[in-house]
Parts: sequence; C-alpha cells; structure tokens
Amino acid sequence: MGDIDDIIRDFLLESNENLDQLDRDLITLEKDPTARDILASIFRTIHTIKGTTGFLGFKRLESVAHVGENLLSSLRDGRLTLNAEITSALLAMVDAVRQMLVKIEATGKEGDGDYTSLIETLTRLQGDHKVADPKSAALATPPAVMPPPTIEEIRKDLEIPESVQPLGEILVQTGAATRERVDEALSLQKHGDKRRLGEILVATGAALPAAVQDALQVQTESRTPALSESSIRVDVGLLDRLMNLVGELVLARNQILQFSTVQQDSGFLNTTQRLNLITNELQEGVMKTRMQPIGNVWSKFPRVVRDLATACGKQVRIEMEGKETDLDKTIIESIKDPLTHLVRNAVDHGIETPQKRRAAGKSPEGHLLLRAYHEGGQVNIEISDDGAGINLDRVKHQALERGLIPPDQAARLNERELVNLIFLPGFSTADKVTNVSGRGVGMDVVKTNIEKIGGTVDVQNRPGQGTTLKIKIPLTLAIIPALIVTSHGDRFAIPQVNLLELVRVEGEQARSGIENIHGAVVYRLRGKLLPLINLRRELQAEKHDELSSQEGPVNIVVLQADDRHFGLIVDEINDTEEIVVKPLGKQLKGISTFAGATIMGDGQVALILDVLGLAQRANVVSELRDRLAGDLAAKVESQRSDGDSLLLLRGPDDGRMAMPLSMVARLEEFALSSVEHADGRQVVQYRGQILPLIDLSSALTERRLQNRVSGSTAESVENAKIQVVVHSEQGRSVGLVVDRILDIAHEAIKIQRHTVRPGTLGSMVVQGRVTEMLDVKGIIQTADPDFFRETAAA
Amino acid sequence: MAGRKQFSTFLVEKLLFGVEVEKVQEVIRYQEMTCVPLAPPVVKGLINLRGQIVTAVDLRCRLGLRERAATRLPMNVVIRHEDAAVSLLVDEIGDVLEVEEESFELPPGTFSGEVRELIRGVYKLKRSLLIALNMERVLGVTEAAVRA
Repeated sequence: MGDIDDIIRDFLLESNENLDQLDRDLITLEKDPTARDILASIFRTIHTIKGTTGFLGFKRLESVAHVGENLLSSLRDGRLTLNAEITSALLAMVDAVRQMLVKIEATGKEGDGDYTSLIETLTRLQGDHKVADPKSAALATPPAVMPPPTIEEIRKDLEIPESVQPLGEILVQTGAATRERVDEALSLQKHGDKRRLGEILVATGAALPAAVQDALQVQTESRTPALSESSIRVDVGLLDRLMNLVGELVLARNQILQFSTVQQDSGFLNTTQRLNLITNELQEGVMKTRMQPIGNVWSKFPRVVRDLATACGKQVRIEMEGKETDLDKTIIESIKDPLTHLVRNAVDHGIETPQKRRAAGKSPEGHLLLRAYHEGGQVNIEISDDGAGINLDRVKHQALERGLIPPDQAARLNERELVNLIFLPGFSTADKVTNVSGRGVGMDVVKTNIEKIGGTVDVQNRPGQGTTLKIKIPLTLAIIPALIVTSHGDRFAIPQVNLLELVRVEGEQARSGIENIHGAVVYRLRGKLLPLINLRRELQAEKHDELSSQEGPVNIVVLQADDRHFGLIVDEINDTEEIVVKPLGKQLKGISTFAGATIMGDGQVALILDVLGLAQRANVVSELRDRLAGDLAAKVESQRSDGDSLLLLRGPDDGRMAMPLSMVARLEEFALSSVEHADGRQVVQYRGQILPLIDLSSALTERRLQNRVSGSTAESVENAKIQVVVHSEQGRSVGLVVDRILDIAHEAIKIQRHTVRPGTLGSMVVQGRVTEMLDVKGIIQTADPDFFRETAAA
Repeated sequence: MAGRKQFSTFLVEKLLFGVEVEKVQEVIRYQEMTCVPLAPPVVKGLINLRGQIVTAVDLRCRLGLRERAATRLPMNVVIRHEDAAVSLLVDEIGDVLEVEEESFELPPGTFSGEVRELIRGVYKLKRSLLIALNMERVLGVTEAAVRA
C-alpha cells in the first residue's frame, strides 16, 4: 500500500509541474500554432498523465485526459489548427485535470465532478472541425493542406526529442533492419497503426525481437535527460532546518571571531579564518537551495492574463524579462498574491479595449511587461502596461466620493500624492464590482503585504501611455543586514532596508537644530523638518523626555516607514551586521514594535526593531495619513458633524488629559523668563494685553509654577519654555500652563467615570487610552473667581 | 504503571509546583536575559538557548506573588508549548516526582480567582502538596494580555 501511495505522490508532484508547463505551452501555442515541438510536448504530457491515471485506476481522470489527447493528436496531425476555442477547451481540460489531482491529493479519490460537457466539447471540437461554431470558424484558419509527411516530421510526431536517436535509425545503423522496412513501418504508424515502431518491425519480420530490445536499450540510455540525473527532490522542511542550522553556525562563527581577536595563537587564528570562509560559503550555498526563480510565480500569469483579457474583451500580450531572477522561497510565496493582483489590475484597469486603443492611435493589442532584476542586494520587479495610465482626475473624484480625503485638501495634492491615493484603504476606481475588480485584495493590501516583507511599491504614471509599478524586495528574509544601535544599555537591530542615513549632531548644533514644537521634537535636516523619536522614550526606558537635558552629541538614525521619513534618537550607533532573524515567542507577538530577535556575536539576544510598527507607535505614520487627508484643522472641520474635537495634554502626573478644542483659542509657547508677577498672580504680556496664567499642575495637584522652575535644574531660566493653552471668553483671555500638548483627537464626549478630583469632570477613553476630561471652567473659576463674573458684567 | 504520573517539580515562594514531565524540555540554571521593553510584565526577557530564542515568563509574576529578591537568581524550566519553547522562571528546581492519580484533587476553593485558573489541581504527597500547573493557561493568557 505504501508503494502505491508513493507512486501517487510522485505522480501528483510530477503532474502538477507538468500542468503548469501545459498552461504556458498552450498559451505559447495559441500565439504560434505551428510550433510543433511545443505541441509535441503538450501531447506527451497529457499522454503521460493519461497513461499513469489509467494505471492507477482513476477512470474519470483518464477519460478526460483521453479526449484531450485525441484532440491534441488531431492538432498534431495537422487535421486541426489551434484556435481560441480549442485553446479554451484544452485549458478547461487542464483545469479539470488539475481539479481532480487536487481531490486525489486531499482524499485519495478523484472526486465525482461531472465532466461530461467538457468531454463533449472536446470530442465535438475534434470531430467536426469543419463546421465548428461560426464565431470560432471565423477565427480559425482553415486546416492547411498538409504535404505528405517527411521522415523528419514523423520523427517529431513520434514524440521523440531531437536529441534522441529514433529507434529506426538505430536499427538501420546497427544493421538490424533495412531503411526501407523502417520507412514502411513508419508510414504504417502514420496511417493509424497504434503499435510502437519496434512492435511493427518485429511483427512484419523486419527485425529480430532481440535486436529491437538492444536498440531500445541504446535509445533509453541516450534519452535519459541529464537533468533528472543531477537533481533530486528535497523536502522544503529539511531545507528550512538546514537553513536554521546554518544560521546557528553563523552565530557560532561570529562568537569565535570575536573570541579570536583576543587570541594570539596563530594556529587558532588560521583555523578561525578557515572556519569563517567555509561558513560563508556554506551559508551562501544553503541560501541558494532556498532560492527559486521568479518565473515560478510568473508562469501562471500568461494564463491569468489570457482568461482575464478574454473576459474583458481585450487583447493583451504578456512579455516577461528576467524570469530566472532568484528569490528566497518564502518571499516568492508572499509576493504571489500581490503580483497576481497587480497583473490583474493592469489588464482590467490599465489596458484599454481594442477600440479605445485604436482611437488613441495604439496597436489594438495591449502590452504587459513583467521585468525582474537584481539591483543593490534587492530584487526589483516591474509591472508595466501600455494602457491608459492612471486617470488622476478620476482618482481624485473617487477619493472624494468615498470620503477618503476632504475636498479642500484634494485641490492641494500634487501629482505624486494623487497617485499614491490608490494605496489608501477603501480606494477603488472600479465603477462597478465585476468578477475581476472590487473583490480580493486592494492596492492597500498589496502595499501592506509587500511592506511586510521589507519591500516597497512605487507607481510611475504616464497618463495615456501606461503605468509602471515598481516593487523592490529583499533577496531573503532569513538573514538580513542590520544596523546595531544601543539604547539604554540594550542593543537593537534596525533592518537596513529602512535605513536612510545617520546623522550626528553635536554641541551647539544639537541645541539649536533640534526643536520642540508643542512637545513634538523635530530636527532640521537640510532645511526639511524631520520628526524625531527617542528610542528610550518609545521603549519606556524612561518616563520623561530628557532630550533637552541630554549632554553631548545626539545620534539620529534617519529611517523610512510607509514613505515617511523620521529620525530615531539612539544612545549609540554600533555597526552593521548580518543578522539571522528569529521569530519572537507567542507571548510577545502582540508587540508591533519588534519584528523579531537575533543572537549577537557574544551570544546575547538583541531585539529587531520593526520600523513601521515603531513609527506607528510614535504616531509618525499616522501623521502622514493626517497630512494626506488634510491638515489637522481640515480634518477636525470635516469631522465636526459627528463628535467633538479634543485637545490632548499630558497631565502633571503623566496622565492623559483632554479639553474640548472649542475652548481653545490658541496654543502658545512663552519663555519662562517672560513670566511676570502682577496682582499676586503670574502673567505674561500677550498681544498687547496682560494674560493671566493658571498652572494646570498647581490647579490640579496644588503644585506651584515656582516649584517647576526650581525643579528644572539643568535648564537655565532663560531657555526654559512653557506651553500655554489660551482660553478666551468675551474678549478676556486666560492662559493655562500645561506640561505638554500631545495631540488633537476626535471623539464624542462621553464621560464614563465621574471623579471627585477637583478640576476634572471625569474620564473617558480617547484613542484607546483612558483620558481625564479637564473642567476648564472650574479650574479658571477656582484660580480666578472674578473671571466669569467680570465677563458676565462686561 | 497505570494511574501514576511523573512531574517535574520546582519551588516558587516555598510552594511546590509541578509540570508533567513530558512537557518539560530541560531545566537549566540562570541564563542572562535580554529584557523586552513594552512586553507584559510576566515576560522577564529573552534567553539564548543554543541559538533558539526562548521567552522567559516569571512564574512569580504570573501567579501574582511578590517579586523575587534581586540577589536570588531564578532557574529556568524550559517548557515545550505549541511547538515553541518557553522558559518558566522559578526559585528552585525540585526532583522529578511520581504521583498517584488517586491523590489528585481539584484546586481547593480557597485559591483566589485568577490563580485558580492557572492550576489544574493538587496532588497530595506525604509531607506536602504538589500543585499541578495548567500550562495552557499559564502560557496562554499572557498572549491575551499582550493584545489587550
């Protein structure tokens, strides 16, 4: 029984490969119906499948393959010429066979699908090719009148590749049979004799059975393709294990290398050197075993394109360059769906109908080019079509209609930003949901999936002339180059793909170049503002932002996430290293800040930062979304209808606090030195008026502004700044001194827990975090009982 | 022998805990750990176990017991859990004990809420009680805690 299972498994493996090849061959053949060698190869494949299924007892499968084979043999004999209808029928047959193979794989049985109509179609196409239905008759060229077959052709017909000497030839050469008798037997075969050449020769007495046996032996030996001798099938699981082991070896090697730097023993050093070299080669070798040509994914596309083009009534020619470009298996797997989506998109949205193309002065047949090549340690994949390109007006219109961007913002977007709108979740230019568009993954998912494996997507739009999508992906995911940085004594690895540059700011430059705008730290990098994130802070290594008090140079790692650049402040920048990516345990899966972990040369574990996750955590990426969707105010405006906008603050005890934005007149920043005392209260001069200040922390926790001043020792009083929220009422203003302004959020005010703490109304959840709602009026009332009375009187 | 089970035992806060011996991959002394910022408090860090990265879960923290004194280094009980290894940080390693299935009892009602969830039951030994941990819960709930 085990033997049978093995046979079936081998059969399935082989057949699946063959079927993929069939898809490709049929498409090629449709383009060039005279390519006899391809036809022969198709015939051979189906013949093999038929033979094996018959042997294994899959009757249904055999019968489908059988009619397919018959139809193919008519084609091969020149009695029929391939046309679109026959191609479709043959493709349908391939699908049916594939379907049954899947069933066999899953259940061991061929299933009970009904293929009678398919069999009928195939039989009909084979039988009455002269009166095929009018549509296909118009397409099909009438069967050519074939000249009498030459021996060359017969040889080809007998499915023998060029490299293999025909049995007849061998027999003639060895003198076991005469050429005349062989030709005779060949022509018998040609006229319908189903026996093998050898059988005929023996039967007609042209050759001795033993001689035929010998000749067959000779033939088999020469036929055995070199490929099958030099390649074996290996379980992917085994390769993965090998890969892991090599990863371990690399680590052990790294440890020894570190150790070797303190060793003097030349013998040891030499051995280390050799170990180093061998490990490198081994690593490369094992990496190669996991590499697969991208053609493996692409091979499905001609079929996809053909089916889709037929469904849309378009003509599309697909061309592929760089099929042999190698990629890691895991990457191949993960780009399969995004690529398919992009190809479908190109055919469905990109390429126009033949009529439109003619009208635009283009050839009616659209052209889709897939290109893959290595560049700078990455693989580039381009999908270009010569279709209409992306209609930016339509994109804008759709985005507006779907409420993805507010109207006033739409007008301000430049071309590039408009194109990038197609990556927004929920975007689709398909006017109606067809079976092609409006289902499956959208462009946002394509982008996310590609970014997940450390890749990028870029659109080049040439209106009227086509679109090119350029995808850059890393070669492998298992071992990546990374920058090692230190923060708070711990080492972290940053994948090099996210890395743009390193900036070191020293001394005075650090103080003036790094600015703090309402709590958001930015750095002027070549005139552009770069938002900064402090790794220490993000990882909660410390609660307070000590950036301003930080002594010495500041190391900024400029990173890119989701098209957005930002700077990451780290304590130390160490080195770049090839690291082996290891997954984190389930207990840590939920932390999006880390992409995994790796083992450093000294055997210690270091975490790998997920730059996108980190950026999201620090709200750098969502800022982009904000910017794209309009500036903060525009966003606030557009959403006013269904909730309230809240200004989020950091409270004196580090808690989050909020106040309605409607109560905020302005946000200001004053130098602490400009705070004056008048009438026993703290005031500043503001727009020619005296603005009384109320320190939130003192109002809430009875701490005085003075304490804050004396508390900040590192800062000179002149440099210290205070953040002030100005509240105005009927011409009178008061300034609330706050610790830090965090953000503006949009949420319906629903206070969930009423507190007794003075100065607050209660707490609610804003942006998923518990936030205390400030009782602005109450605070003002307490600090300045006259404020409201006077306004009331005024 | 039917009705008997082997437990790998360890002490946490002088309590004797046990895990079915087949679930334990190995027991090792204290390993240096890399702490994981932002991780739930029960995750004390990551350990390099012969090239494999293992998450260390502090059993004291998981059971809501007080923190281990800084001078005392925990031991690692490495558990196979859903095809991955997780290390439990415990105070001391005990023997492998063979217990009678009849001596098993469900956790007494006096165990408080959450801890009760983490315990499968108790085996009555001659001199003490062996608390059998429910590994799925001990290691599983932390996943939920991360997502929360």
